[in-house]
Amino acid sequence: MDLRLVPHAEPTEAERAALDAVLGPPGSGWGGGPRLAGRDGNTAAGGHQARAQRPLLLPALWALQERIGWISPGGLNEVCRRLTVPPADAYGVASFYALLALEPQPARIVHVCDDVACRCDGADELVAQLEERFGREGEPSEDASATWYRSPCLGRCDTAPAALVSVAGEEPLERAQAPVSAADVLALLAGGDPSSPPSAPLPQAGDASLRLLRRAGVVDPRSLDDYRAEGGYAALRRALELGPEGVLREVKDSKLLGRGGAAFPAGVKWEAVARQPARPHYLVCNADESEPGTFKDRVLMEGDPFSLVEAMTIAAYATGCERGYVYLRGEYPEALHALEHALAEARRRGFLGPDVMGEGFAFDVELRRGAGAYICGEETAIFESIEGRRGEPRNKPPFPVAEGLFGKPTVVNNVETLVNVLDVVLRSGPSFAEVGTDQSTGTKLLCLSGHVERPGTYEVTFGATVRDVLELAGGVRGGRPLQAVLVGGAAGSFLSPDDLDVPLTFEGTRAAGTTLGSGVLLVLDDTVELRRLLMRIAAFFRDESCGQCVPCRVGTVRQEEALARLIAGAPRGGLDRELALIAEVGQCMRDASICGLGQTASSAVESAIGRLGVFGGAA
Amino acid sequence: MFGAGGGTSSYREIEETDVILLWGSNARETHPIFFHHLLRGVRNGARLFTIDPRRTTSAQWADRWLGLDVGSDVALSNTIAREIIHEGLHNETFVERATEGFDAYAASVEPFTLAEGERLTGVPAEAIQELAHAYARADRAIVCWTLGITEHHNAVDNVLALINLGLLCGHVGRYGSGLNPLRGQNNVQGGGDMGAIPNKLPGFQDIEGDAEARARFETAWGTQIVPRNGWHLTEMFEGMEHGQLRTLYVIGENPAQSEADATHARRLLEGLDFLVVQDIVATRTAELADVVLPGTASWCEAEGTVTNSERRVQRVRKAIDPPEGARDDTWILAELARRLGHDWGQPTAEEIWDECRSLSPMHRGMSYARLDANRGLQWPCYDEDDPGALFLHGRLWEDPVVGPRAPFSVVEAAPPVEALDDQYPIRLTTGRRLESFNTGAQSNRYRSPLHRGEALELSPEDVARLELSEGEVVLVSSRRGSVEAPVRVDPSLRAGLAFMSFHFPEQVDVNLLTIDATDPKSGTAEFKAAAIRVEKLGREAATA
Repeated sequence: MDLRLVPHAEPTEAERAALDAVLGPPGSGWGGGPRLAGRDGNTAAGGHQARAQRPLLLPALWALQERIGWISPGGLNEVCRRLTVPPADAYGVASFYALLALEPQPARIVHVCDDVACRCDGADELVAQLEERFGREGEPSEDASATWYRSPCLGRCDTAPAALVSVAGEEPLERAQAPVSAADVLALLAGGDPSSPPSAPLPQAGDASLRLLRRAGVVDPRSLDDYRAEGGYAALRRALELGPEGVLREVKDSKLLGRGGAAFPAGVKWEAVARQPARPHYLVCNADESEPGTFKDRVLMEGDPFSLVEAMTIAAYATGCERGYVYLRGEYPEALHALEHALAEARRRGFLGPDVMGEGFAFDVELRRGAGAYICGEETAIFESIEGRRGEPRNKPPFPVAEGLFGKPTVVNNVETLVNVLDVVLRSGPSFAEVGTDQSTGTKLLCLSGHVERPGTYEVTFGATVRDVLELAGGVRGGRPLQAVLVGGAAGSFLSPDDLDVPLTFEGTRAAGTTLGSGVLLVLDDTVELRRLLMRIAAFFRDESCGQCVPCRVGTVRQEEALARLIAGAPRGGLDRELALIAEVGQCMRDASICGLGQTASSAVESAIGRLGVFGGAA
Repeated sequence: MFGAGGGTSSYREIEETDVILLWGSNARETHPIFFHHLLRGVRNGARLFTIDPRRTTSAQWADRWLGLDVGSDVALSNTIAREIIHEGLHNETFVERATEGFDAYAASVEPFTLAEGERLTGVPAEAIQELAHAYARADRAIVCWTLGITEHHNAVDNVLALINLGLLCGHVGRYGSGLNPLRGQNNVQGGGDMGAIPNKLPGFQDIEGDAEARARFETAWGTQIVPRNGWHLTEMFEGMEHGQLRTLYVIGENPAQSEADATHARRLLEGLDFLVVQDIVATRTAELADVVLPGTASWCEAEGTVTNSERRVQRVRKAIDPPEGARDDTWILAELARRLGHDWGQPTAEEIWDECRSLSPMHRGMSYARLDANRGLQWPCYDEDDPGALFLHGRLWEDPVVGPRAPFSVVEAAPPVEALDDQYPIRLTTGRRLESFNTGAQSNRYRSPLHRGEALELSPEDVARLELSEGEVVLVSSRRGSVEAPVRVDPSLRAGLAFMSFHFPEQVDVNLLTIDATDPKSGTAEFKAAAIRVEKLGREAATA
């Protein structure tokens, strides 16, 4: 491809070295190396092979970001030269992701979560103190070494309020810290080291009846042997005995539904991919856990990473995939390290690679790190992101099972869905299906946060009600009156104290006009200003809309504006007219957005209006 | 050698082929429409090889670029052929059934080992080998070329060397396999088809050899056709030089600026007794003319047809009236005839076309009605039921082959006429750029942000060695003349190779430098290879 590089922008040695580490040294003078006399003048390779490297774009951009703290024009030029991507195209990709900067910024960044759950634990006050004592977000410190930004949910709601520290450099540092005080954040900004991240609260730890959380907090997540001592890789052994067809049968019999939000039968999806004649097949684990209030997948990946690796291997075996990807959200550095280590260990010990467990089938997993884009959790946006493009969802059909990653048949499953498969294989499908309800089989991980006595990740058998789970978590913190529960995250909806007997099953929540979503239960006591929370949710969707389709791009803005007018007490044309507008915009987004983001962007707002009567009026 | 001069393949074939050799062509810039079709082929998975001294914007799309030394095309082709033959990758069935002269050809390429090929062309042996294997193993493969092949003193040999490769592998006469010279303007193909070449009547009918065709034209035109080939352009200039050609009628050409060794060409034009120029703009040649006839822009001010590189005849419709004083070109010709004592009337474009159809069998089936209905037709199209030809020479795949066998040609690898030496150590090659067209008679009349003016493009290595900087004006000299030009650094060039276009002759008259060594058969001059030296003048270009 003939590239129009930005003139007069060359990479620094540091940038070159960072790219070498990801892409390998340049193959020739044409790829960014020194021009070799007598060779580069007479031949060059490129074309299909060069363009096939496009999926390395995001890792290459990450390498620059981590090394010097932003993506300079010289660095971008060099990436484009190496990968033969037009600079305008690469710029479009880089600018899509919140964690990648295209303007110089300090090397040390602290992202402070100001999302719904952290607000229940003082995020607003924290942010106000930072503004007062440090400066507005994005404003560099006096020595220009550090700054801070507000961030959407960092997935640490169980130990809120949360912050994420990243320090660019030769040995880049990224770490979450939670809970944090303003003093903690100021210390971090001043160059202090983050304390080691807290272990996730697992209030049920040690409970022998647990299935998904059985090993989390019990085994050493860095030890493959420890994992195997606790039953690890027994499921893969069993799967190999069953054969691919046997595994498909068990998963279908288990009636396991996807845990990512859409509740699609996993066995149906797997079988559809397994039957596709087109090759290769791909497996993608959706670990882009970005729904505000959700952190269960992180807990699994940090506490029991090998279980995900084993589950993916089984899925690949059953569906004929030789390559899998874990797409992990960029804000999970600890999970990243845990998985990197687990994959390396599994590879080293023959549980991944050309001959898994000596059984003659090949499978390996590549870990891909998102860079701050909620939309990339959408199952087709994930493909775009892995392929090195802006994470904009695709139109469906074609569905991923037919044309997914790289246009090939692809299984996309959420982390929790995959980990369930271990249990399905070990117990058999029918036996798995005996637990829970008829339509919601097995157990479910729930993320409890907000004003609850014991926040954390809980595993409950399907059928438990909101009330049961609240009791399990010790009830509303301090015994205060309950105002509402946000179920399913920002894309979910609010339940009122009258709705506590709604069973937390797929069918139960659906019947109650809500959704189980990703398993969020954000508990809000009577002190919460719901209207401000709605503004945060509306701002979140406006910010995270990819802008590709009009209903969502415009609708999320209109929704936020209408809310702002209502909250300011200045409704345009009266309260009823504003509420009607919000309802109509919501309907439009549901009907006409191409992906789930737009389709659910009004859900929480509308439920707060309709169910909680947050603006009076039409309650 | 195949008779009619035209590309064998259709555009859609390049979209569905497996391997593409783009040889001596920067189609990305000079044939942008065709390149869209080519890119579709690449997107469909075709492997693209470009063979060009420069790593052009086209070459940057290639899976493999072979940056041969200027003028080493035959050596490269022969090396590829030897590798294919030695590896047993040639199409034995096709060679045996449809060709002749293989043994002599195989013997002639025998000295061209990969190592020898690398020595002669500068291209690393493994790159040559990669191309040879890819081309020979492909189920379908297309070779495309343009002026990088033909603007040499051995132009015809270069073309024959490429045809040899097609014959060797059976990559001709089948869907998706072919040999295609790309045409630089919308109607270069049509010009040749209509007999604007010295040895053919319309429809590629031989003037000297085809008495039957001559008789047909004589009957229709009521005149006698002299059975003798005319002169091609270079021979015309030779005729002027020797006083044999004293009167010249130029239609839509600007030889005062487009000819190699322009000083010489201009002197000859000035020495004519009588020069008539018919054009739509006042060219430098028109300035030398005794009579200027303002014509019409054929793409918008006149009716007619054009024929593109895939031999597709398409209708052109008049959209606007020509400016005051300009006349339709057919009107001018008919009026000229009338004043010379021949009343042709004032035929419409369709009437002229129908006359052509009555005399050229390969156009016979192409009525205006059919051209309209089919969005153009590809020749040959012999009657009104003939759908036209998607590709040519399918006959070579008949068993037994229909008509004469296709001959291999033994071609000699002759280097450029002007060798490099201590006095003139840099190889200048010339060409075109995306935003400009030939001498700029048309394209320099509008403003474009891409117009950067003429410059001497040099490799970063030469710029450093000569201690030059971007924008610095230097003196560029060949054995024929000197020009001043600003320097532009171009990393697509290697040390010892320089590039200029001739789009801005008013600013930098590049053809003062080029050599008028010409190919004896085609008459094309060696625009692609001159020897120059570059000297510092110590000043910057005035900024525009």
